[in-house]
Amino acid sequence: MSLEFLEIYEGPLDVDLIFSRWRKWGEDKNYGAFITFVGTVREEDSIEGLSFDLYEPILTDWFAGWSQRASKEGAVVRMAHSFGDVPLHRSSYMAAVFSPKRAVALRIIEEFVEDFKANAPIWKYDIKKGKRVYASDRSHKIEGAGILDIERGSR
Amino acid sequence: MVKVEFLGPIGKKPIEIEAKTLKEVAEILNKDEETKKWLAECAVAVNDKLVSSLDVELRDGDRVSLLPPVCGG
Repeated sequence: MSLEFLEIYEGPLDVDLIFSRWRKWGEDKNYGAFITFVGTVREEDSIEGLSFDLYEPILTDWFAGWSQRASKEGAVVRMAHSFGDVPLHRSSYMAAVFSPKRAVALRIIEEFVEDFKANAPIWKYDIKKGKRVYASDRSHKIEGAGILDIERGSR
Repeated sequence: MVKVEFLGPIGKKPIEIEAKTLKEVAEILNKDEETKKWLAECAVAVNDKLVSSLDVELRDGDRVSLLPPVCGG
């Protein structure tokens, strides 16, 4: 995997800039399909924005696994994510899959984004009245969670 | 000594403890009321690799990380 395909930024993403750079790259590499997903912070529940923490070493490993998986099908995954605060109507997440033809890219983008939601080590907070509130009700346990809870016998 | 890191929203500073296995780490963390409430929720990494069992031997300087539930995007 090329580490340049995982991009991490403080604050909101410059979606247009990243998109056009990715598009140009895909054209130069002769990929026929370029599928993107862009996540934008929605106004809901009186939030002022979202904020994120991420843990880069394990995020990098997770992403490397996906790069390998995609490459077996002749595809490439790219991703950009924010840490810190992202205001309403700005974007914190972009993902893209490139492949020679559309079918593989359409399938991988869905699998990639779903697995990202479930397992990428990123934590989300609502910003309310200027404070970060952990979005625990929207968060998912990472696969294999709970092994330290020996009293409940969850080994 | 083994370093234990609490990532994301746990909001606790890293601690250093004496432990030879991950099971010993679990026993120590279960004694702390504040930490204990996170244990059922957290995935665990040793030196940045996720592990699925407590049968992991630890060496001096190893890092154990607790990863609470995630929500990227």
